[in-house]
Amino acid sequence: MSTVTLAREGLTRLSPGAWLRRLARNYVLRRFLVALAKIYVVVTLTFFIVRLMPTNPIEAYINELIDQYGFTYQEARDQAAALFGLDLDTPLWQQYLQYMGQLIRGDLGTSYRSKGTPVSAMIAKFLPWTLFSVGVSLLISFTLGILLGMVMAYRRESLLDHVLSALASILTAIPNYLVGMMILVFLGVQWKVFPITQMRGAMSPGMKPGFTWEFIKDIFYHATLPIMTYVLTTVGSWMLAMKSSTISTLGEDYVMVAKARGLPERRIVTAYVGRNASLPLFTQLAISIGFVVGGSALIEFIFVYQGIGQLLLNSINYRDYPVMQGVFLVITVAVILANFLADFVYSWLDPRIRIQ
Amino acid sequence: METVSLSLKRTWRLLTYNKMGFLGLLGVLFFILMSFVGPYVVPLDTQTKVDKIYQPPSMEFWLGTDSEGRDIFSQIVHGGKDVLMVAFLAGFISTAIAVILGSLSALAGGWVDNAIMALADIVLTIPQFPLLAVLAGLVKFNNITLLAVILGVLSWPSLTRAIRAQVLSLREREFVEAARALDLGTRHIILREIMPNMMSYIAINLIFAMTSAIYAQVGLVFLGLVPFSGQNWGVMLSLAWTRGAIFYKDSIWYIMSPVAAIALFQLALVSLSRLLEEIFNPRLRTSV
Repeated sequence: MSTVTLAREGLTRLSPGAWLRRLARNYVLRRFLVALAKIYVVVTLTFFIVRLMPTNPIEAYINELIDQYGFTYQEARDQAAALFGLDLDTPLWQQYLQYMGQLIRGDLGTSYRSKGTPVSAMIAKFLPWTLFSVGVSLLISFTLGILLGMVMAYRRESLLDHVLSALASILTAIPNYLVGMMILVFLGVQWKVFPITQMRGAMSPGMKPGFTWEFIKDIFYHATLPIMTYVLTTVGSWMLAMKSSTISTLGEDYVMVAKARGLPERRIVTAYVGRNASLPLFTQLAISIGFVVGGSALIEFIFVYQGIGQLLLNSINYRDYPVMQGVFLVITVAVILANFLADFVYSWLDPRIRIQ
Repeated sequence: METVSLSLKRTWRLLTYNKMGFLGLLGVLFFILMSFVGPYVVPLDTQTKVDKIYQPPSMEFWLGTDSEGRDIFSQIVHGGKDVLMVAFLAGFISTAIAVILGSLSALAGGWVDNAIMALADIVLTIPQFPLLAVLAGLVKFNNITLLAVILGVLSWPSLTRAIRAQVLSLREREFVEAARALDLGTRHIILREIMPNMMSYIAINLIFAMTSAIYAQVGLVFLGLVPFSGQNWGVMLSLAWTRGAIFYKDSIWYIMSPVAAIALFQLALVSLSRLLEEIFNPRLRTSV
């Protein structure tokens, strides 16, 4: 549809039907609904997967009570029901409706280990640290990767390109937790560049959260090693992707035209080549957010950083099922939202894909 | 005779064309040989030797000794089999699912296509590692086959999409139409015309599935979520970590040996995938 007809349509008063049709064609709205549907399906899937597992946590708990504490079956069952906050006699579909009803109100249940603590409060305590460290890392590695990728494309087949390409391939191949471990062993212990035991945790004990220079400096200090690991292990794929994208953009006609018009080289590099070449990388950004947040458990474990991954691990070790489910849910929703956001940003940056 | 030596020469030239890739191939072969044949040559050192704790590498202990004075090299040799088996099995399962679902999706079309693509989209959205961690809390992954099946079942979507797109575009191509016009049969068209064109996707994704299977399984074992017993690089890593091997100068060989083994195997796999990409996709080659 051309812009002219769109504009004309906007001038005339729209009938309700046409208005609805326009709404249905709205790109952002459509993506938003798809994202919501995805969240719904994943929540439902995990609900049933967890409950249909061969070792049902509730039964395992009931058996434990009977075997170890001599409870009768009924007593053990009541105890388990009270602990897990659900009525075992209600059929699965009713439990499901109840669970969904709670979720819509933002209620994730209460922890089983720290009795009475709402899961949402625990997540609210741990999640910001993961978002902070992963967010800063992705920002750094994305920017760095785009810059280096462009340098590689402009200087392709040079020594610099070969060295950077090899480095990028090596960095993307090694699992991030191994890179983290090497940082700990070499920079932390062998060469003593970083005081690793002091840098543990998300902030220094006794530090008051607030918008102060002290606090900001402190949280960056504590996040240094996780950020370094995330950046090192993700920057390679950005570099390689940006390099190939830049090379293909350099062959486009509009770059040739810009050169022919005698535009300054700097403007061509930024506004023509860089901008267009980085477009496809935004979709990858979403996938990478998911991967990095998902893999945060390992990095946070290695550096003893109190993020959502650490909470997930603790809850698994304590078999704290409500927390496990809650954290998994939050990570999934974060990934889906990131995907949605990336789609949105992409359509905002590249108007071509909106008209389809 | 002449043609045989010529084709051998050609194969050799093809393999060595990409030097990084050739090194990767050698590396992968080395690790396979070491992990599957090595255990018969190098006996596992299980004897605690109090006077030989954290020895540096020597002629007797090639990679030094661990916290109980046992030879690290023999542990590395014996620890690869499980890791490689899980990786190959998971890669094979994920590739098989992807090829079947991808072709089915493209050929059946309609609601089958929509359903498979929606499923792929959802599996792709669920963060893999947390899901595995949660599952590990509920089921005991105490045998490698089960772990490999779960890893394989979670990693098919991206290849499925690629195969679907490839089949959709290939069946409209002229050479497929020509084969159809010559009445060469569905079997011939699928095996001789379409499959060779999908080999590069399949090979690369097989390797990708293998590397992510290694990432996940070693990660799970390292975090203690998968209670593996016996010799395994992940178990070694986990033991070295819990025994505090990162904190001392002498114990660096203990922690770094499994780290290096896993990292080098991953690197070899990734380099090999570059080589395979060029072998199966002649358009990427500049000569030969």
